This record gives sequence, structure tokens and C-alpha cells, in this order.
Amino acid sequence: MSTPIVELKSVDKSFHSADGSARLVLQDVDFTLNEGEIVALLGQSGSGKSTMLRIMAGLIPADKGQVLYQGLPIYGAARGISMVFQSFALFPWLTVQKNVELGLEAQGVPIKEREKRAQAAIEMIGLTGFEGALPRELSGGMRQRVGIARALVLKPEVLLMDEAFSALDVLTGERLREDILALWNNNEIPTKAILIVSHNIEEAVMMADRVLVFASDPGRVQAELAITLDHPRSVESQEVRTLIDNVYGLMTTGSARHGRLADVEMKLQLGDRLPEADITRMEGILERLTEEPFNGRADLPKLAEDTELTDKELIEVSRALTILGFVQLAQADVVITKLGIAYVASSKAERQVIFSNQLLEHVPLIAYIRHGLEQDASGDLPEDLFLKLLRFTLNQAEAEHALSIAIEWGRYGDVFEYNFNTGVIHLPKNENHIEEPI
Amino acid sequence: MSQNKQFFPRQVLEAGGNRWDWALLPMVLALLVLLAYGAEQMGRPFQLGETLPLSLDPLNLPYYLLRTTLRMFIALAASMVFSCVFAALTVKYKVAEKILVPLLDILQSIPILGFLSITVTMFIALFPGSLLGVECAAIFAIFTSQAWNMAFSAYQGFRTVPAELVEAAEVFQLSGWQRFWRLELPFTMPGLLWNMMMSMSGGWFFVVASEAISVSNQNIKLPGIGSYIALAIEQSNLHAIGWAIGAMLIGILLYDQLFFRPLVAWADKFRFEESSSETAQQSWMLTWLHRTSWVEAITERVGSLMQMTFVLFRRTYDGTSIRARPNKQSSASERIWDAIIAAAAFYALWLLIHFIHTEVGWGEAGRVLILGLYTLSRVVILIVLAALIWIPIGVWVGMRPNLSSKVQAIAQFMAAFPANLMFPGAVVLIVHFKLNPDIWLSPLMILGTQWYLLFNVIAGASTIPTELRYAAQNLGLSGWLKWRRYLLPAIFPSFVTGAITATGGSWNASIVAEYVTWGHTTLHAHGIGSYIAEMTAIGDFPRIALGIGIMCMFVMGFNHFIWRRLYRMAENRLHF
Repeated sequence: MSTPIVELKSVDKSFHSADGSARLVLQDVDFTLNEGEIVALLGQSGSGKSTMLRIMAGLIPADKGQVLYQGLPIYGAARGISMVFQSFALFPWLTVQKNVELGLEAQGVPIKEREKRAQAAIEMIGLTGFEGALPRELSGGMRQRVGIARALVLKPEVLLMDEAFSALDVLTGERLREDILALWNNNEIPTKAILIVSHNIEEAVMMADRVLVFASDPGRVQAELAITLDHPRSVESQEVRTLIDNVYGLMTTGSARHGRLADVEMKLQLGDRLPEADITRMEGILERLTEEPFNGRADLPKLAEDTELTDKELIEVSRALTILGFVQLAQADVVITKLGIAYVASSKAERQVIFSNQLLEHVPLIAYIRHGLEQDASGDLPEDLFLKLLRFTLNQAEAEHALSIAIEWGRYGDVFEYNFNTGVIHLPKNENHIEEPI
Repeated sequence: MSQNKQFFPRQVLEAGGNRWDWALLPMVLALLVLLAYGAEQMGRPFQLGETLPLSLDPLNLPYYLLRTTLRMFIALAASMVFSCVFAALTVKYKVAEKILVPLLDILQSIPILGFLSITVTMFIALFPGSLLGVECAAIFAIFTSQAWNMAFSAYQGFRTVPAELVEAAEVFQLSGWQRFWRLELPFTMPGLLWNMMMSMSGGWFFVVASEAISVSNQNIKLPGIGSYIALAIEQSNLHAIGWAIGAMLIGILLYDQLFFRPLVAWADKFRFEESSSETAQQSWMLTWLHRTSWVEAITERVGSLMQMTFVLFRRTYDGTSIRARPNKQSSASERIWDAIIAAAAFYALWLLIHFIHTEVGWGEAGRVLILGLYTLSRVVILIVLAALIWIPIGVWVGMRPNLSSKVQAIAQFMAAFPANLMFPGAVVLIVHFKLNPDIWLSPLMILGTQWYLLFNVIAGASTIPTELRYAAQNLGLSGWLKWRRYLLPAIFPSFVTGAITATGGSWNASIVAEYVTWGHTTLHAHGIGSYIAEMTAIGDFPRIALGIGIMCMFVMGFNHFIWRRLYRMAENRLHF
């Protein structure tokens, strides 16, 4: 019934770090992009969705499996596949016109025809009058318009969008999204399929015919959700709200079903990445949860709106709070636990005690560091030791990131201290108020 | 600009030129005639041993300035091409990167006199019976004082092209040739130009050494401002030195205004920052050129030629073609290359040991090492002294925005000015007061390079965030605490950048500064610089090589163990 344009067949991809250790980013991924559909890829950061997009763009080769475009294997960037970038990737020294012409120029299209086609694309995307401007003179939204025009002028069959709206403010992002949808729905562009990588759940639900949720470590398709609603969709409609709720559920707990409280285990392993959540934000969310109108239970989309956090930020914070036992997740709702309520009601010093207990109990990396420090006669250990440990499962940047989060949390809970200049982690000076974990 | 054009009647514009055209035309024609004349003189017949006519008459100075400038620009163009080819090769081929980058690191710490003494005979043999050979040797010497840091900056630029832009170039099917012109070169341009300006200063500094070739028992003075100075020094003619200083000032001013200023202002559009900056460079020359219609026509012509090459060297197949299939690079070939490099390194080491053992002897090597330590201590002490003087001044100036741009322009100008023109004055003073040359010749080493410290410190101080300034004021920081906690950390990264350039320049300058002649008086300080200078004058190749080799070791060691560490520390910790 539907014709496949791009196919991924049991694709594996690992990245090798400088010391030769490999980390699996994509495992056994099967995916088909069909003619006439918009597909959105969602997933936590580091789940390999950007990698998958780049494999389809021919920018990086797959280690195993097949990547086909129109039935032909892809070894490099294909002419019929174009891309819009997160940070626009415009050439700052070229005018808007020249930027749009870039792909045509590379193909050797004669100058007259090139100008004509670029002009048409510029008009279509609403950039008329800006032809002579340099990208730095434009606002973010206008820059991304140039990025889109540059991709569309090549009349691509497949359009890949790598978080194309995430660098823009919400309103601008929505405008651009609607413009693209209008072009797509009115068949004004010859594009046959669009793939969107996104962090924004609402964006995915509003645009896509299919939403794929990626699981991380290693990246694989965890769930798929078909959306059959007609365009234009309204954010306010009940169907859309339910869908958004469902996707939130998929992303936080891995199931879209209405479930019981805590039907999902959120247990960390020693070498896992830690959710990217700073303490002020965690405490802020907890306090907000106890207040009106939430009174202990909040719908994640509502909470996102209320706190003005992005989906990505909110999901990371709620993961962190769940791991530490301050909240529980049920479908797309967060529910504060008894401990969470107690925490909010406590004084600063009491909070620290609770926090450190939870850290030692639920975050294996922090417990491991603490244990190591206690075993060591001097009470201090270099951070490299723990980085090496994390490098078994994470790449260098991720390992550093995970350790920096562990250090931030550990410092706040007064589990250990850290000296930035020497890179040494050591036990806190005044030991009396730390309680030993059971 | 378009507003300006409205004031002219339409017919004038269509008559093939506007007001700006008529003003620029005679200038350009005159320049062309001058260049042609200069070029013709470069190729005139010449026999080895013949003395070229040279006079200290100030009226000759414009002509000498022309000849020198011509050499400078030829060398600069060569450096530019070299840098681009170097960067393109090293970025494209891993093996090339492994060999060429360390090689360049070594080459740049070799003083230029070293190159001159080795190559001059070769170049003369290349063009028998013509002055062209000697000219080439001089140009090559200037090239060696300009090319290395430009090549490094190009390499750095090519390496740091943002990943997303590289991906975009790939998605939009740019070929290697197209990517070079559309992405890599523009991205590298601002840094490359900045280094080009520094290179030009370096070139001026060694203009005497490269034009008045007195190495390997040669004594050739090519017509040029460098030879003029050399002759003035030989004849102890202080007036002529004065004239030369004047001519040099005018020359530097001209090339700054007519060449670099427009170039820098033009390259402003290649800055990668996404937002437009408020401190855009201005140049009246560029504005003028922009308004001239036939300049526009020429740029268009060049542009369309460029387009033709783009069509010619485009990608003819895309990622679905079988030709795009990657051929499996075996790790074996990489290992073989590594083995070859390692073997070559060992062989070179063996040759070196053999050379020292048979040609110069270990005692000599030890003696030169100690001389190196003398020079090292001079460099260190001078950098510290210069820092003590220029940091407070630089900070004071940098905090005052309207003053800082002016002072910075002056400092840049001073850096371009060849400090060795001041040496005769120093000799006269030292002889007159019977001072110890070991101490009093030293300041000459830093005379030309201290300016890098000054304008980097100014730049650092002027980028201190306003909020931080207010915070410091609000907290009532004062005295030593203010310096230790606020000002010094704030300017540290830019200070290190400046100090790296200043020390590099000082090492190079030591060859000229530790061995100074004025008429029949020759002052010399103990150090590796004077050792090399002496050996070059005699033409003792093994000892020149020894001196250069050991100086190289000092410079590289210093860079590696001190500056690079400080630089990394500055990058990691002391950053806004």
C-alpha cells in the first residue's frame, strides 16, 4: 500500500572512543519511512535518534545492517535527501540568497536558473526582501527559514529535520511548524516524506502521522504510536491532549497504558548516565507539586506549562526525583511521595540529611564513591578513577557529565566534597551529621 | 551606500564610471607602473662578486622602499598559498598530519638566519648570471619569517570548522574544491589575516638580515631599505638611520592604510559569531573600493571565474552511487606508516649523535647548551619585566574604551616597526657609558615584541564583563586583593597569548640583539643568539646547525612545558 523511501534494516552503530573502547548507540534498528508520511522520533538525550537521522542522511555509515534509499544502498549523502539543522548551519559569510543557492551551486546548476529557483523558494518560505541580508542580521526564526528554504530549493524527496525548532522560542517554533505543515498539506513542495527528530512532545503530536519513541543504551525503537487525526490539529482538542499525555507516559515510564502507581522500576546501575537535573530545579518542582492547583499530583504537560520548562528538562527532572524516591510516575502524572512531602516541609539541614540518605541508597555511583573514600586511608581519591569506571559504559563526554552531576548531588548532600583545581574528591571535613546508610 | 549613489545623475553611472573611479584610476596605474619597474629590476643580470650600486642619498629611499615592499608581498603571497595547501593537506590526510604538524613546529622555532645561510648558495646556483637568484634567497628568507604562524593558524582554522557546517556541506553535496572556497577558507580568514599582519611585522624585523646577505662569506646587498640600513650601520651614519626610520614609518603607514586595514575590514564578514558586533573595523580605502564601479566589475568577473571552477570541480555522483562506497582502510597501512615514521626518527637521531660526535664534539655542544641557558634567563627576566610594566598600563587603558582603541592601534603599529633600527642608538650609548653589553644589550631583544604583551592585555582588560566590574566596585575590592582576585585572573588568558608571541619573537630577536655592530664597533653578549650570528658570519655550517638545533630545543621545550600548560589552564579555568 505505502511505498517505502528510506529503509533501515537491523542497523547497528557504535562509536569508538580514543582509547578504543566501543559503545553501542543503535542496536538492531528497523525503520521504514514511507511516501506521504511525517514521522517524529522522540527519546531521551543520548538515545541515538540523532545518530539514526545522520545515518539516513548518509553523514555517518552504519556498522551493520542495510540503509536503503529508493531501494539503493546509501554510502554518502544522497541528492534526494535534504536536511534542516538545529543550529541552522548557515554559512555566515554568504547572503540569504547565496545560502539558499548553495546546494544548486554545488550541483553546477546554471546561474540564471539557480537564481530563479532560489527566488521561488525564498518567496515560498516568506523571506522576500531579505535576499541580500547576511544571516547575522536575521533573528533566529528568520535564520531557520533560510535553513528550510535552502533544503527545499533542492526539491528533496525526503526532508530530515534535526530538532529544527528547538533553538527557537516557543511562539516562533510554532509559526514555522505551521508554515511547513501548510506547505506539506497543500502539496506545495515535492517532498514525499518528512522525518523529525524532536524533544518537544507537542510538536511531534501536532505534526506527525507516526511517533516513534526511542529507548536509550543502546538506542532502539521502544514504542510506536500512529496518529490518524486530520490536519490542522488543535492543541486544545481532547484527542491531542490525550495523545500528548500518552507520549509523556511512553517517555517517562515506557508504557502508554494507564497504569498503577510505580508499576515501573526506576533502578539505576553503577555505570548509568544520571538524569540532567540540578538541585534548585528539583526542589522547585517538589515545592510546586505540593502547592495549588496540583496538591501532590500533576499532569506532566500541565506541569511543563506551569513551570515553563521544556519537555526534555521536565522529563529529566522527574526521572531524577523518581530515582531519589521523592515522586512516583504513573502514566503521564507525577505523584509526590510521603518522603517528598516530608522533604518539602523540612529545614535546610534536615533536607540535606534526607537527600544524602536517598543518594547513598538509590544512586549507586555516589554510594560507590563514598564507599571508596571511606576505604581509603587519606579520604581522598582522584576523579579520574571514577571516570575510568564510567568509561566502561559511557563515552568520554557522557562519563564526564555523569560524574559532574554525581559531584553536584554529592556536594549538596554533603556526601563528599570536590576540589576543581586538583580534580580530587574527598570526604567532607566535618563528619558528624552524615548518617550511615543501612 | 545606495543612498550615496542617489546623488549622482544616472547618466554618469552608466557612462562606465563614477567620481570614485576617476580618483582611483591614476593611483592604480601608477602602482602598476611601479610594480612593473620593480619587477624588471629584480631580474637584471648579476655576477657573483659584483657590487650592486647603493647610496645613502635619502632620495633613493622611495625606490628602496618599493623594492623591499615588493619582496615582502611576494613572500606574503607565497606564505598564503603555502598555508592553504598545508592546511588542506593536513586536514585531509592523517599521515600528512602526523608528519607535517610537528615538522612545522620545529621549522617555526628555527631562526631565519639559519634558513638563509643554508639556501642562499642554492638559489644563486638556480639562476646563474641573474639577480633573480639572490632575490629569491631574500624572498625565501622573508617567507620563512612569515609562513609558519600563518600555516598554523590556517591548520587551526580548518580543524575547527563547526561540525554542523561540515555536515551541511556534505548534505548539500559540496565537492572538496567547493568546500575549500565556500567553507574552510572563509572560516579561517579572520585568524589568517591577523597572523598575516603579525607575519608582516616579523618580515620587517628581519629585513636587514634578509636583504644584506652576509652569510657564508657572501656579501651581497640587494637594493632595498634593509641594505640601506646595513650600509648606514657599516658607515656609522646616524643621519641615514634617521632617514631610514622615517621611510619605514611612512611605508608601514601606507601598507596599513592601503592594504591591511581594508583587508581586515573586508574580512569582518567572515567572522563566525552569529550576531553582529559593534566594533566593526572601518577602512576608508575599502569604502572607496566598494564605491568604485570597475572594482565591482572586476570582483564580478573573478566571481564568475570562480563559478566556472565550481562547475568544473563539482561532485558528479551522490551517496547512492557505487563510487561513493568507502574502500576499507586497513589499519595495517596506518601501522606501516607509523613504523616508517618511527624508523625515520630513529635514523635521524642516530645521524644527529654521529654528527655531534664527529663534527663538533660534545664539549662544544655543552658550551652551546650553557649559552642557551644564558639567553633563556634573559628571555625570562625580560618577559617578567615587560609584564610588570605593561600589565598595569594595559589594564588601565583597557578599562577606558575610547582610549583603548587608540592605544591598541599605536601598539600594533609599534609591533610592526622594526626595533633593530634602534640598535645603533643603543650601541652608541653602551660604548659611551662603558656599560656591560651582557646586561645592556638584553633589552633590545624585547624592544619589538613587548607590544604583543601590551595589546593583548588591553584586549583582555576591555573584555572584562561590565557586571564583574560593578561587582568588584560594589565589594570595595582594592589594592593587592583587587589585582589578585579580580584583575589578574581576568586578563590571564589574553596575557598568556601575548606572552607566547612575545617570547617566541624574543628568541628569534636574540640573534640580532646579542650581536650588534655599528661601524667598526661590535658588541656582543654571551648567548646562543650571538653564537649563531657569529657562526653564520663565518659560514661554519656544522656550528650553525648545532646552534640552531639547540635553540630549537629550548624554544620547543619552553613552549611545551610552560606555555602550553598555562594556556590550557587559562582555557579551562579562567574563562568568562
